[in-house]
Amino acid sequence: MNDATSLATSYDVAIIGGGNAALCAAMTAAETGASVLILETAPKPYRGGNSRHTRNFRCMHSGPLGPLVEDYSEDEYLADLMKVTGGKTDEHLARLAIRSSEECLPWMQDHGVHFQPSLSGTLSLARTNAFFMGGGKSLVNAYYRTAQKLGVDVLYEAHVTHLELNDNHIDWIDYTHDRADHRVTAKSVIVASGGFQADTDWLTRAWGPAAQNFLIRGTPYNRGVVLADLLDQDVDSVGDPTQCHAVAIDGRAPKFDGGIVTRLDCVPFSIVVNKNAERFYDEGEDVWPKRYAIWGRLVAGQPDQVGYVIIDAKSLDLFMPSVFPPLKSDTLEGLAAEMGLPADKLRTTVDTFNAACGDTSKFHPTELDGVTTTGLTPAKTNWARPITEPPFYGYSLRTGVTFTYLGLKVDENAQCSTPSGPIKNLWAAGETMAGSILGQGYLAGFGMTIGTVFGRIAGREAAAYAN
Amino acid sequence: MQIDLLQEARRQAEICNACRYCEGYCSVFPSMHAGRAFSDGDLTQLANLCHNCRGCYYACQYTAPHEFDLNLPKALAEVRRDSWESFAWPQPLARRFHTHGGAIALALVIGFALLLWAIRSIGSAGGDGFYAALSHNAMVAIFLPAFLLPLISLVVGLRRYWATVDGQTVRLGDIMAALSMAAKMKDLAAGHGEGCNFEDEDRFTHGRRHVHQAIMYGFLLCFAATSAGTVMHYGFDMPAPYPLWSLPKLLGISGGLLLTVGCAGMVALKLKSDPDLGDVHAWGGEIGFILLLGFVGLSGLVLYLLGSTALMPLMLALHLGAVLAFFLLTPFTKMAHGFYRLTALIRDAQRKRS
Repeated sequence: MNDATSLATSYDVAIIGGGNAALCAAMTAAETGASVLILETAPKPYRGGNSRHTRNFRCMHSGPLGPLVEDYSEDEYLADLMKVTGGKTDEHLARLAIRSSEECLPWMQDHGVHFQPSLSGTLSLARTNAFFMGGGKSLVNAYYRTAQKLGVDVLYEAHVTHLELNDNHIDWIDYTHDRADHRVTAKSVIVASGGFQADTDWLTRAWGPAAQNFLIRGTPYNRGVVLADLLDQDVDSVGDPTQCHAVAIDGRAPKFDGGIVTRLDCVPFSIVVNKNAERFYDEGEDVWPKRYAIWGRLVAGQPDQVGYVIIDAKSLDLFMPSVFPPLKSDTLEGLAAEMGLPADKLRTTVDTFNAACGDTSKFHPTELDGVTTTGLTPAKTNWARPITEPPFYGYSLRTGVTFTYLGLKVDENAQCSTPSGPIKNLWAAGETMAGSILGQGYLAGFGMTIGTVFGRIAGREAAAYAN
Repeated sequence: MQIDLLQEARRQAEICNACRYCEGYCSVFPSMHAGRAFSDGDLTQLANLCHNCRGCYYACQYTAPHEFDLNLPKALAEVRRDSWESFAWPQPLARRFHTHGGAIALALVIGFALLLWAIRSIGSAGGDGFYAALSHNAMVAIFLPAFLLPLISLVVGLRRYWATVDGQTVRLGDIMAALSMAAKMKDLAAGHGEGCNFEDEDRFTHGRRHVHQAIMYGFLLCFAATSAGTVMHYGFDMPAPYPLWSLPKLLGISGGLLLTVGCAGMVALKLKSDPDLGDVHAWGGEIGFILLLGFVGLSGLVLYLLGSTALMPLMLALHLGAVLAFFLLTPFTKMAHGFYRLTALIRDAQRKRS
């Protein structure tokens, strides 16, 4: 729908946002008979927020389930989560998300989502992550179709500017659409409008000027307008504004919406240097799926927030191709010139690294092979093979932010609160409340789990309150 | 082949290969994801594996207005048509029909005229049924070369294709695997079996798969009817006309019905679909071809109904004229796609077992 005047002036449930969590909430509420409105800030081709860039859903299961093989227990799932967050996890809410994930998968199928076997190059996830056939945008498409069949009204390019909060109750919603101001009332309101990572000014306030150099991997529409409006009205928040899900991506990626194809999986087979051609971290610390999420912060800590990956010919085919071809030269000096690095310094760094490499006969690209450097700081503790075989290849690395963790604090019913108690008719789901569970770090596919589980909870609670 | 079309397909395939979200939809993606770089032959093979179901387009996070501007169904459709034109023999006819519906109509009119002329000037040598209008020998003299010449032309084209896509020695298993894919048109069902995105944006429907199957099986039944008649004529000395309860008639009528209904359905679907997700330049040629094929089926049915009336000779000229045009144009119209598709599926079966 693209006309605000054809909408009702009041709904049982109004949902701000149009991604996975919003849609799960909308369908759940509409199935109870509630009238539901989705206010999506993006135009239709870009609807779905970051969900349109996702590819899988991390799911607990005992026995094969849908595309998932073997088992993935609650305890193992939680342990995986605790590992990446360094224990900074709300265990109660995390267990709720994990335990509920199993029943979500068939529910997703019932609402139009199709799964496919683990993608080529991602075999390590076949047991833990259920991949959407066609990716997140096809999931979003299917959910919009199902929601509209259930009678949900959807308004695109609806920019919500203010939620009026009085006595722990949301009285109305203000939004602009087609250059006009509008107001709608709803018995229940759900916020599912993501983080604030697309607002560079806000990121800069949190991170300092370094944030100007960050790339945003997903939607440019998550500017945190509603989040800021609610925080201004003393709604309880959670999370550290400097914490986010950030990975190291190709430095040539677009400022927004580069998505999956800009990732680089070559770090374990490389050396990574900063703009002074100095190494700064163990590139071979662990297998890439367990390490990619820390490299965004590592690169953010380097001068100009940029890193440079150097590999040689023998490693070129060991990782998934990415969207931009690598820079290439027959000499290290030539590559340094192409990358704007000091050539003599790069030569010294590579020579020092090569001299620290030892026996490489046990090299194994997909396992921790213990092929390590000796006497080097920082060490490279696996896959340490000398960079000797021309042509040499290079990629630049920048910090790519997926989403921010500062958000709305919710309880197990996804309900928001102020210091004086729960807000009677406000719930939150998805990235905007993910900080309630994730204090730092990230586990692949867990964002969709949080969105689905808490979207459904929010939809259920909001509809129950409205009816 | 045209470098710009291949280059655009290569640009898009490299983005797809870095994403891989569409892997489960059809035969194109597993084949694409098997490599890192795409030769012209690789792209030609991918293009001929693509059935233009559009599932990947509507699922894609990088379609316009995104700056990557992916439209893989369109890019592959353009390379596909260019490959048929580039491999076709003889070359002077190669680029006359795929993009020119009018040329197909003109060929049809020439076909009508030729048959009317044949009926008037050769006429009957004394026979029953249709042979009362045009003798059996005259029909054979016209249609034997009209059947064999396009076959030779197709063989030349397919050999060029096979060399381009680096085809290996064919095993029976490769052919069986390809026929099994084609018989069910699995690549029009998407990996989840719910069909393609052809008539209503991202909604999955079986419409296109079903009308396409009607056309394919209708055509095969008509072909079987003619073959049955030929066997009965020469093998058992049972010349036409045949009664209703005979193999040629039963096969022909059911085939004609399927073909007519299928072609009408396909035109209706094409009118509903977004032309920009296919080869825009070939739109007229494709519609012209479907109408020609549908007319072959419909005129055959009408001929059967009017077979014992005074209109029979005129209908015979129209039907046989359409059949003549259809046969002769086979290597140079959309009809060629069936042969290339099957060949691409055979090549894909080889890739899977290697």
